[in-house]
Amino acid sequence: MSETHAQSTAFVRDTMLPQMEPPNQQSGAVKWLRENLFAGWFNTVLTLLGLAVVYWLVTHFYPWFRHGVWSANSMAECRTIIAERWGEGASGACWAVINERWHQFLFGFYPPELYWRPIAVFLGLFLAVAPVLFTQLPRQMLIFSLAFPLLAIWLLWGGSVWPIAMIAVGFGLGFALIKTLGGQSVLLGMAAGIVVPVLFWLYAVGPIDAVLTQALPIGLEPVASDRFGGFLLAITIGAGGIALSLPLGIILALGRQSDMFLIKSFSVMFIEFIRGVPLITLLFVASLLLNYFLPPGTNFDIILRVMILVTLFAAAYIAEVIRGGLAALPRGQYEAADALGLDYWRAQRLIILPQALKISIPGIVSTFIGMFKDTTLVTFVGLFDPLKGIPDFIRADFAWKGTYWEHFIFVGAIFFILNFSMSRYAMYLERKLKRDHR
Amino acid sequence: MKKSVFFGTLAGAALTAGIAGATTLEDVKARGELNCGVNTGLVGFAAPDANGNWSGFDVALCKAVAAAVLGDATKVKYVPTTGQTRFTALASGEIDMLARNSTWTFSRDTDLKLDFVGVNYYDGQGFMVRKESGVTSAKELDGASVCIQTGTTTELNLADYFKANNMSYQPITIDSNAEGEQQYLAGACDAYTTDASGLAATRAAFADPENHIILPEIISKEPLGPAVRHGDSEWADIVRWTLNALIAAEEYGVTSANIDELAKGTENPEINRLLGVEGDLGAMTGLDKDWAVRAIKAGGNYGEIFAATIGESTPIALARGLNAQWTQGGLLYAPPFR
Repeated sequence: MSETHAQSTAFVRDTMLPQMEPPNQQSGAVKWLRENLFAGWFNTVLTLLGLAVVYWLVTHFYPWFRHGVWSANSMAECRTIIAERWGEGASGACWAVINERWHQFLFGFYPPELYWRPIAVFLGLFLAVAPVLFTQLPRQMLIFSLAFPLLAIWLLWGGSVWPIAMIAVGFGLGFALIKTLGGQSVLLGMAAGIVVPVLFWLYAVGPIDAVLTQALPIGLEPVASDRFGGFLLAITIGAGGIALSLPLGIILALGRQSDMFLIKSFSVMFIEFIRGVPLITLLFVASLLLNYFLPPGTNFDIILRVMILVTLFAAAYIAEVIRGGLAALPRGQYEAADALGLDYWRAQRLIILPQALKISIPGIVSTFIGMFKDTTLVTFVGLFDPLKGIPDFIRADFAWKGTYWEHFIFVGAIFFILNFSMSRYAMYLERKLKRDHR
Repeated sequence: MKKSVFFGTLAGAALTAGIAGATTLEDVKARGELNCGVNTGLVGFAAPDANGNWSGFDVALCKAVAAAVLGDATKVKYVPTTGQTRFTALASGEIDMLARNSTWTFSRDTDLKLDFVGVNYYDGQGFMVRKESGVTSAKELDGASVCIQTGTTTELNLADYFKANNMSYQPITIDSNAEGEQQYLAGACDAYTTDASGLAATRAAFADPENHIILPEIISKEPLGPAVRHGDSEWADIVRWTLNALIAAEEYGVTSANIDELAKGTENPEINRLLGVEGDLGAMTGLDKDWAVRAIKAGGNYGEIFAATIGESTPIALARGLNAQWTQGGLLYAPPFR
């Protein structure tokens, strides 16, 4: 410290002041409230209005929840219990309907003694998806992921194991052909890899299946598609659609960018047609029109039909989302791939798509969430979706006629949990891949 | 748009009818299962319970037909159909018969290429209002707001009725019965209109049924009946006469309790013919002679089915009314079994 100011100032601090709490007005909850809720008269008015609305909602709906009855045998019984407990005129939720019918919301008419099968598939789904979602896991787990769709079909619908095994053999055949022939020519490999399995499925499976079923009749009790309902149906269609629409969407997006006229125009026509038509129209096509086109007597499963059309619908949207990702890539990336001497497929696989897909993640997940929610539209073709189909027939039981909001709240909560976890995962993925160019 | 779908439907129906060589009866027998189109859920008429077993007034008819044709009332695959899909499902062959509280109308019978084979419930459209409104007749509903389900014959009837009586109304369209109840209870509409059977069930499920009244006017005829495809008269005969057998059984006092006794032979030749003791009526429709016995055993005669599903002992508590036997002042009149 210099002597310069020794005379001019009576007091000079030579130690730091201890840190003080900021004034009350400038810290903690008060500050936050002032800044966020009561900054200016306009915000204050809005805040008060908002509080009034919240108060109104809570006072109106909280009693309804608090009066809820969990065990009763009918709506009338619920009403008596509520009247006894809370006095005449009190209204309350009759959760007893959920308590008694929850399994139908989850499984539809699936035979209760076989519930372990959908549950196993649901748990397996996580196991199969895990290595795709989390790259830290051992890569060998992907083999299970590949086999899982067939396993799921077998567990859900039951029946003999051999047709499913034959489908797997067909895929194996195709894969082997692509691997061996693909070395000489990608196109030849792909063509053989598609044609041979199709021929195999069409002509060889029938006889082989007959022989094997005779020799080794392994199978599960079959469950027909009309037993599916509720979230089992929604998740089956949703998960199937998601798994199939992503690859199809990528192919369509690449097709739309292609230089080959036929492929390009086919992709454009397909995407524009599907996007131009409401999903309900497609569902009606699936349920009614296809019956006319197919030869009489063909039994083309309704869930499969719906799943195919939902997949096509989602694929068209995914294709556009991915096209957005492709367009966002700088031209230099394509040129760099060319400069490295990579052919088209390698360039796409190693350079273009990884980047384009990263960019497209939010859009893809939005499409998936939308599609999962759209599965409730199957109610219009007479399938029992969880939102309308199941509640409608539960209310058709006189005991539960008059229950209304309970169904919506229950189903809405489950949908929220599923969709929210999907969206959270997408955010995690985005953070991990750090797709921003900062 | 509706028209073109229609024509497509008809063309398709003609096409399938042309290709399908086998009759519906053969198809059903080969399949070992009757595909019966039912409502996705309507109190008293068709509803699955907690275990997924269907029951109800319309469902009972499916069971009777399955029992008559296949000998087993449980061999039915219930195909839930919505108001939009029901007729196309029948025309496309997805279902063999439709027992889904569908009104028999001229255009449905002719233009839609369906065959209504009879009437299993005579319904009519009515109104429900709150008692405190003081309305006692539908004629006093001028200017009222009315909750009405879209895409049904009731919507058209309502317009006709108000026009004929030179009254005005404000329609509040709803999508389903459950939604209609909510709107009505919330006071969104002054009156709720649908088939009288539905009104009775809805009112019975209210917390305060005494505060609501069903007006005396019935403004339309809604003969609800089972339907089959045009062009297979043999199958139509089977469904028609199964229904008639249930109705005739009630008339002659044949019940599920005494049928085994009566099937051994009675003094009444009509009962004997119905139950296959005399003559061979079954063979004329391509069935065996015990067909009617099995059909009646499946759920009892018409009266028993009515009492068990929608009758006065059930919460829905519908009176027989028009659906009583002709001998009791109703409209049920089965042609003779001869």
